[in-house]
Amino acid sequence: MSTAATAALTGGFANPPVDAAHAFRATMDVMARPGEIRQLTQARPPAPLSVAAGTLILTLCDPETGLHLAGAHDTKDVRDWVAFHTGAPIVPAEAATFALGTWKALSPISRFPVGTAEYPDRSATLIVERAELGAAGATLQGPGIRETATLDLPEVAAFAANHRLYPLGLDFFFTAGSRVAALPRSTAVMEG
Amino acid sequence: MSVMDEYNFAYIDEQTKRMIRRAILKGLAVPGYQVPFASREMPMPYGWGTGGVQVSAAALTPDDRLKVIDQGADDTTNAVSIRKFFERTAGVATTEETSEATIIQTRHRIPEVELTEDQILVYQVPIPEPLRFLEPRETETRKMHSLEEYGLMHVKLYEDISRHGNIATAFAYPVMVNDRYVMDPSPIPKFDNPKMEMAAVQLFGAGREQRIYAVPPWTKVVSLDFEDYPFDPSKADHPCDLCGAEDSYLDEVILDDAGNRMFVCSDTDYCRSRREAGHEGRLAAETMA
Ligand SMILES: [Zn+2]
Repeated sequence: MSTAATAALTGGFANPPVDAAHAFRATMDVMARPGEIRQLTQARPPAPLSVAAGTLILTLCDPETGLHLAGAHDTKDVRDWVAFHTGAPIVPAEAATFALGTWKALSPISRFPVGTAEYPDRSATLIVERAELGAAGATLQGPGIRETATLDLPEVAAFAANHRLYPLGLDFFFTAGSRVAALPRSTAVMEG
Repeated sequence: MSVMDEYNFAYIDEQTKRMIRRAILKGLAVPGYQVPFASREMPMPYGWGTGGVQVSAAALTPDDRLKVIDQGADDTTNAVSIRKFFERTAGVATTEETSEATIIQTRHRIPEVELTEDQILVYQVPIPEPLRFLEPRETETRKMHSLEEYGLMHVKLYEDISRHGNIATAFAYPVMVNDRYVMDPSPIPKFDNPKMEMAAVQLFGAGREQRIYAVPPWTKVVSLDFEDYPFDPSKADHPCDLCGAEDSYLDEVILDDAGNRMFVCSDTDYCRSRREAGHEGRLAAETMA
């Protein structure tokens, strides 16, 4: 077996039911509280995936969910790892349930499904890989936030435009190393 | 038996939990919107909170401390069996103390003690669709939600007023969530409605109707009302006869054939902890005896 093929078999959850349960709680926490940053440490994905992005994929993806790999994240190593651990089909942006890449590679985000008036849940969730993830930045307001929160976003305009589609729209995770934060479509975003 | 050796942590297989988890995330992203999910057969009958059980199973970790209440009580058959189910299948600790719990699964009440940001409240929901009694067809209610067509709901509430002089709906009183979706808060007393703007995450599971919905912390939740008939959570005009609480939701208990009654907190943990702290109601001495 080649080294690459062997690599695909490693880096999954050591104890899938328990690791997934812990990872989901952190995932749910950040989606319920936009701007909050938590740790996701359970996966060891191949480069260039962050530990947090790899953990999200193992927690949420399976054969039912099309995954779009954008830009430098679309490598054979990543495809093999995703296929072995989740069975998620790799799909174009227009068919994505999840999408993974840097902000630049994922843009323009208008390519992704935003749901329908009767089924706004049929929309994509984007996992945006960042070099760093900090609390300082744009001002956030909406469900899950008592007054206001702040989060370092790659830009403001695209997220403000996404919020205007509410209740349609995309939902976002931001990942850097083992750190994760989220921005659902319900959050109003303003320049910090 | 070691619980951790079992493949199906919390009874449900991993793929099903992933599907439920994805539905919970979309529910949190669109507060009050009912996300369809493929409900599984659970080893308990519908009406026993299979929707809530599936949501709890997807949210639990082995580190959790679970509380289960049924109409405010921890000791009903239903609450006890759900608690045992998760002790056995997920190895979680359980508690009856609201403040000690990390996840609380509930049927028909919100605890009296204010919940914190470290807690999750999971509601068992029998009928998730607030418009169902106006329109039986799912295709139509879904269209009404998509168009924010909530006029009929207001007409129904207003008819209550013209008929009874007030809004007669006392349970499952509809709320507007985040200024967008009308939501059924499950059959909690309307007394509990104002508590829904809380620090904890609220998740709702309807097993038979296969719907999950959610309310993130501090989301705006407004009970529907009218300018001339503002929402009234209608607290009974008595203190608790056991603990003297004046701020809790009370159950009426018939004491004898002569029609003597007492009023006691529906939240049994709240009532007990108040009595343990020395608070006494009108009949405290008699019931101690
Ligand atoms: Zn009491």
